[in-house]
Amino acid sequence: MKVSELVNELGLKVFSGEKGLDNEITGGYVSDLLSDVMGNARDGQVWITLQVHQNVMAIASLKDMAAIILVKGLEPNENTLQHSNNENIPILGTGLSTFEISGKLYELLNR
Amino acid sequence: MRLSFKIEGGDFTQAGQASSEVKKVLKQLGIDAKTIKNIVIALYEAEVNIVAHAYRGTIDVEIDDKKITIRLTDEGPGIPDIEMAMKEGFSTASKKVREMGFGAGMGLPNIKKNTDLMDIKSTVGVGTELIMVNYF
Ligand SMILES: Nc1ncnc2c1ncn2[C@@H]1O[C@H](COP(=O)(O)OP(=O)(O)O)[C@@H](O)[C@H]1O
Ligand SMILES: [Mg+2]
Repeated sequence: MKVSELVNELGLKVFSGEKGLDNEITGGYVSDLLSDVMGNARDGQVWITLQVHQNVMAIASLKDMAAIILVKGLEPNENTLQHSNNENIPILGTGLSTFEISGKLYELLNR
Repeated sequence: MRLSFKIEGGDFTQAGQASSEVKKVLKQLGIDAKTIKNIVIALYEAEVNIVAHAYRGTIDVEIDDKKITIRLTDEGPGIPDIEMAMKEGFSTASKKVREMGFGAGMGLPNIKKNTDLMDIKSTVGVGTELIMVNYF
């Protein structure tokens, strides 16, 4: 599934990184601990988090992740947006909680 | 081939720049993907440790046909008990750093897991030297 399909299916907001909407998704990872994501996330996963600072993008790019979903209506910092546009890794947003959006993503990817 | 980077303590905006540069170079050299992943994880954690725990530091990278050797030296408080610091979950990170999602105490263990050789030397009140080697 492509990131753009995910956006449509889950009604996500696209903050940035539109050029990465064609990125192919291999799975999801949920964590707010950056070392955990660094150590254990895989290529092509969608990362669900509440962290909005630019280190999140640095990690997503080092790990070749497909996209980031920010939960609970949180918005990315300005420099996070810029980094996302440079790296073509979309930052997406939802008003839902981590629990709710994770459940929906899991269901969608395993449909 | 040699690369060198400088890091300022406390400046989280820079964290990951050296890792990103080294990743690019290793890709260009055609190093296998799994090895690059390991190196990137270890170097990122090592970079963040200088930003989070030291005052300033230098990263020297040396790549030959068999291996990559990365040496990070910093001026900083040093590590009083390295064995303790290596334990999963041990962290002296500040509250601010922890709120950013750093400071889980997984950095040094992640470095250990993702390198073929890891050596830390530290002098309290002076600084820390970390050497990591990955074979291709
Ligand atoms: N370069 C360094 N200078 C001083 N202390 C360090 C350095 N690197 C690591 N440490 C110490 O070792 C601890 C564990 O490091 P690490 O496993 O990376 O966890 P974290 O960085 O999340 O605290 C740190 O909390 C800190 O006390
Ligand atoms: Mg650390």
